[in-house]
Amino acid sequence: MYGNDFPADDTSSGLLGEVEAAEMALREAAERGRHGAAGADPAAYFTEVIAADQKVEPRDWMPESYRATLIRQIAQHAHSEIIGMQPEGNWITRAPSLKRKAILLAKVQDEAGHGLYLYAAAETLGVSRDELVDLLLAGRQKYSSIFNYPTLSWADMGTIGWLVDGAAIVNQVPLCRCSYGPYARAMIRICKEESFHQRQGYEILHTLAHGTPAQREMAQDSVNRWWYPSLAMFGPPDTDSTHSAQSMAWKIKRFSNDELRQRFVDMCVGQAEVLGLTLPDPALCWNDERGAYDFTQPDYAELMRVIKGAGPCNRQRMEHRRRSHREGAWVRSAAAAYAAKQASKKEQASRKERVA
Amino acid sequence: MTAYVEQTGPRAVPTASGTTSAAPELTPAAPEPVTKRFEFVLGLADDALVAAQRLAEWCTRGPEMEEDIALSNIALDQLGAARLLLTYAGELEGAGRDEDALAYRRDDREFRNCLLVELPNGDFAVTMAKLLFLAAYQVPLYTALAGCGDERLAAIGAKARKESAYHLDHASLWVRRLGDGTDESHRRMQAAVDEVWPYPHELLTPDPTAPVDPATLRADFDSVVSSVLTEATLTVPETSWTPAGGRNGVHTEHLSYLLAELQVLHRAHPGASW
Ligand SMILES: [Fe+2]
Ligand SMILES: [Fe+2]
Repeated sequence: MYGNDFPADDTSSGLLGEVEAAEMALREAAERGRHGAAGADPAAYFTEVIAADQKVEPRDWMPESYRATLIRQIAQHAHSEIIGMQPEGNWITRAPSLKRKAILLAKVQDEAGHGLYLYAAAETLGVSRDELVDLLLAGRQKYSSIFNYPTLSWADMGTIGWLVDGAAIVNQVPLCRCSYGPYARAMIRICKEESFHQRQGYEILHTLAHGTPAQREMAQDSVNRWWYPSLAMFGPPDTDSTHSAQSMAWKIKRFSNDELRQRFVDMCVGQAEVLGLTLPDPALCWNDERGAYDFTQPDYAELMRVIKGAGPCNRQRMEHRRRSHREGAWVRSAAAAYAAKQASKKEQASRKERVA
Repeated sequence: MTAYVEQTGPRAVPTASGTTSAAPELTPAAPEPVTKRFEFVLGLADDALVAAQRLAEWCTRGPEMEEDIALSNIALDQLGAARLLLTYAGELEGAGRDEDALAYRRDDREFRNCLLVELPNGDFAVTMAKLLFLAAYQVPLYTALAGCGDERLAAIGAKARKESAYHLDHASLWVRRLGDGTDESHRRMQAAVDEVWPYPHELLTPDPTAPVDPATLRADFDSVVSSVLTEATLTVPETSWTPAGGRNGVHTEHLSYLLAELQVLHRAHPGASW
């Protein structure tokens, strides 16, 4: 398993504990069985299932807007996993030791796997992976804006693991209790792997921060570049967030953007101290009254620009995905043609057998 | 570093006047058995390492998402085998070099991998042709190693042969799909086989003193490859060109670029640990 020869930190193991608790709750809810049946009023039944903290399953009736919200959210999440392979994929061939190369390659491979589970979860809502991929390639669905920043040094592999996967975990742990069953189950599986990603990133940074002066500088520069984009991963502040209230009522979302962002900051401060690295925010300081850290908000105008396509790597990421898709087209058609030929050969053989 | 013995024999060296004269005779003593074993293990290690590096270049570029995962898997297997073999090679050499010293601090002339693995990826058909040939060699090789007298090599062989069997299945399936798929895929697959075909020759050159004589792998290699090509409706190219030199450190122009990328960061920070 990924290295863990660095100080254990309680916060992230606490998050893993939450994932396990969600898994237990899921199993209990399944054993409890759901009361009654949809009967004459499926809408009332849907509301009851949500109120009882049970899971909505693919064949259940659901409001069209619930379905649409989930499709949008799950697809965006799946796209993020797939596009998110690029910034880290950028360093696989240059990883500075064979052990690090193996860990990074396995990590990027995990992200592809996450993309596949999530597309499969979206497919239970009646939309195909091909349709969703086409929407991504046409620029009609988004992916997380964090992946539009460049990975300029090896330290970015550490920082992405620590901060970006860390923020993803904080965001995603509550989704393990999402009201839609297939999404909740996919998230449980994904969160467990993300916590390994976070640990290996933290370990990379820990090694760099305790290495040569040049390595230390590389680590600090990387944290300086990724801190605010990571904070922006939680989305716009609650005052501007358009989808939150309805998603909360449906138990798709359980905490507001600002609550999750605060939780993330509180988690990172202690970890940065152990690393011996500085978070680039002079205003960061403990607020006794709130029982939380005060911090500088990320630049939300920048977030909006990046979401709209003006980040440093938007064009590059999209062009890379489009090119891979385009250059693979002849391979996918060949596989389909071959499968069709094999199927018709089989059919002919069994027809001959029947005749004989 | 002095352990490397050039085995290309006396060479003609051009002189300023354009004529050639015999090179000063290198008279290596018969190689120590350990040196010989070191060179053998290093060759296999470098095959796996360079293959892993090339396959890893596919990451995020696969023709479908499942294939991205499969190619990463195969790259990880090759990298895993490379690490075990490099570590063992370092121990045989006894000069204190570990896997990273061997991977990151040798130049291309010191690498002992075959030319096949360093060839550029090309399109997906070229990559599958390369993988088919590599796996058709590695399966019987690792199987033979698993039964050889060297315990370390036997253990590595036992682990790696199962992985190679999967690589062979995967490459064979794709070569059949592409060969017997569409007109375009057939054309590309045939072109890929034509391009890569001459390279495995180097891998099967007899060496009776090696722990496994490569010549003994030829029958297996030929029968696997020819049955896959037949099923794939592909024809065996006819050529007498047999490029070689990798095992002696004389590579194609491609390897130096591959190593430049692999080694750039490690070499920029001498003595650092990661
Ligand atoms: Fe992920
Ligand atoms: Fe991750």
